[in-house]
Amino acid sequence: MTTILPTPKKKDPIQRTRKPSMPPGNRSREAQGLAAMATSGRFALQVCNHCTKVQYPPRQVCSECLSDQLAWQDVRTGGKLLAETTLQHSNDVYFRDRLPWRLGIVVADAGPSIVAHLAEDCIQGKRVRMSLAIDRAGNAVVIAKPEKLSPGEEDDMQLREMAFDPKNRRVLIVNGKTELGYRLAEAFLKAGARNIFVGHAEPWRTSTHLEAIKKLDKTTIYPLDVTDTESVKELAAMIGDKVEIMVNNSYHLRMGGVLDRFDINTAHDEMEIHYHGLMRLAGFFGPVMRSRGADGHHGAAAWVNILSAYALVNNSALGTYSASQAAALSLSQCLRDELKNGGVRVVNSFIGPIEDEWHQLAPPPKLVPATIAKRIVEALKRGLEDVPIGAVAEEIIQRLAENPKEIERTIKL
Amino acid sequence: MIEKNQKRPSLLPSLLGAITGGSINVIDLTMTLDRKVPTIVLPPELGQSWPFRMEEISRYDSRGPATYWNNISCGEHTGTHFDAPIHWISGKDLPNNATDTISPEMFIAHACVIDCCSEANEDPDYLLTIKDVKRWENNNGKIPPRSWLLMRTDWSLKIDPIQYLNLDEEGAHTPGPHQDLVPWLIDERDVVGFGCEAVGTDAGQAAHFTIPMPCHHLMHGKGRFGLPALTNLDKLPPQGSVIITPPLKIRQGSGSPVRVLALTEEF
Repeated sequence: MTTILPTPKKKDPIQRTRKPSMPPGNRSREAQGLAAMATSGRFALQVCNHCTKVQYPPRQVCSECLSDQLAWQDVRTGGKLLAETTLQHSNDVYFRDRLPWRLGIVVADAGPSIVAHLAEDCIQGKRVRMSLAIDRAGNAVVIAKPEKLSPGEEDDMQLREMAFDPKNRRVLIVNGKTELGYRLAEAFLKAGARNIFVGHAEPWRTSTHLEAIKKLDKTTIYPLDVTDTESVKELAAMIGDKVEIMVNNSYHLRMGGVLDRFDINTAHDEMEIHYHGLMRLAGFFGPVMRSRGADGHHGAAAWVNILSAYALVNNSALGTYSASQAAALSLSQCLRDELKNGGVRVVNSFIGPIEDEWHQLAPPPKLVPATIAKRIVEALKRGLEDVPIGAVAEEIIQRLAENPKEIERTIKL
Repeated sequence: MIEKNQKRPSLLPSLLGAITGGSINVIDLTMTLDRKVPTIVLPPELGQSWPFRMEEISRYDSRGPATYWNNISCGEHTGTHFDAPIHWISGKDLPNNATDTISPEMFIAHACVIDCCSEANEDPDYLLTIKDVKRWENNNGKIPPRSWLLMRTDWSLKIDPIQYLNLDEEGAHTPGPHQDLVPWLIDERDVVGFGCEAVGTDAGQAAHFTIPMPCHHLMHGKGRFGLPALTNLDKLPPQGSVIITPPLKIRQGSGSPVRVLALTEEF
């Protein structure tokens, strides 16, 4: 059984906060392919098109037949733990801070022998299941857990480094006035979050969802208007050093494109909320989150953006909305790079039309907010980085990978 | 060169002397313009007025070592503001109907202040009627032509935007003029305009009147002005003050935030 995760104590004001450090950094271009698989939650390795040998670590040519025709394919996750060791010493600053550290060699059912980070309950000679994860430096690594689900395995402190499990962490949900805001609060509570902070703008607009949030345990609401620099600054001054998971669910959808609804004001409002809003949140919450990336077992971990899948390809029925989402996506990549040094990861989820009043005339399938919330919490537990949620988003991403021109020409609401 | 016996103006120096001497008081009737000032709330699918926002350009730092200044943005009808006739469709074709073309002498006028605090306190949907104004005139004298009628309700003391806007599922509940009063003020009293302490010159429920939004539709249709979101009306006498209300000179502006000053005389 995994050691139970210690309940976080209040911060000791005398102790210096541990500075974030990174595991060893640079990887080859081929290894970035592994990162792409890890960030999307796949266990895929290079497979030789010529001789079918499964490769690990990633390489340019096949280790068997020297063919350069290597394709990423999902492979079996099972294997046997051949050997295990526990590091008691390391010259690397990151591992020194976290010793002891367990590593092992797994003989994968798919073929190769793989160096993996081990869950506490893995036993030498027994079967394990592997998955890809992203370490604090943003690189893909393999982790191994016992074949059968181990009780309390989500508490594994070593593997917690490779994910952003909400358990014992404090979460800020930016907008509590939508159903999605409520469902997120509910899902994070269920996932064991320590506290949930929920923002709300324009106090004169009432919201049944906010009223429901007020009744939730461990939840506090705060004024927060992402269009207002001072408002974001005020909240960051109040709780910025307590936010370990940021969930930016800001949302302002108005139908229309450029010619069919030429309206700079609406486009401005969309940019204010989606793009400048993200920038304001990042500007005031980002630096303190980055500095707290290694603050104990529950340090700052993740920044979640809930973006539209139309950030990836413009849907002219929602033309200016799509453009503002694309701007937010681009800014999130900037933020991802800047937060990397603190070990804080940016998780972008992509959604299609949801069940709300602004999508009233959009045909089904439409996402229900509870599904989005559930998938986001799952993604954090698994350490994913780019998360399509729902059939529309999944299809867009798939078709973009196959033929971007095709989807650009045919996308409809 | 001014010749020895040339006549010099005497009114303005005596006015200034009275201001510096304290026999004329200058009273600020303006809300402080900040990010928390509520603007009119409309159905979300309609065009929306921007709230007041401020972004620092520099504050004696690398962006400008010697300078502190800001970029500001807001709708024309934010905080204490001036409504020009062009603001409403009924005033769209009038001559000199916008902030840049209204004759500047219109921005200095006498003010009549009618105290409706207890009525508004009892009923947030309180509507000021002709009868009420006539009763006020019996005590304070007839409204002189080209005066503002300012409705005092102490609504500006509601600092909390929720109470200030006072919205529920059926819209806003704030006091304003009865629809019969508005044409009477124009035709029988020739007012310059109507001012109040709430977010707009019309009552919160005025969209449901037989003539919707009469203080906009009828006032602006007759070239008169609006002056909502005033404060400090308790410091003005019922008659006898002068208010100064120049909006920004925005080309074809429908209004603008305005610093409203009142002059009152001690006697």
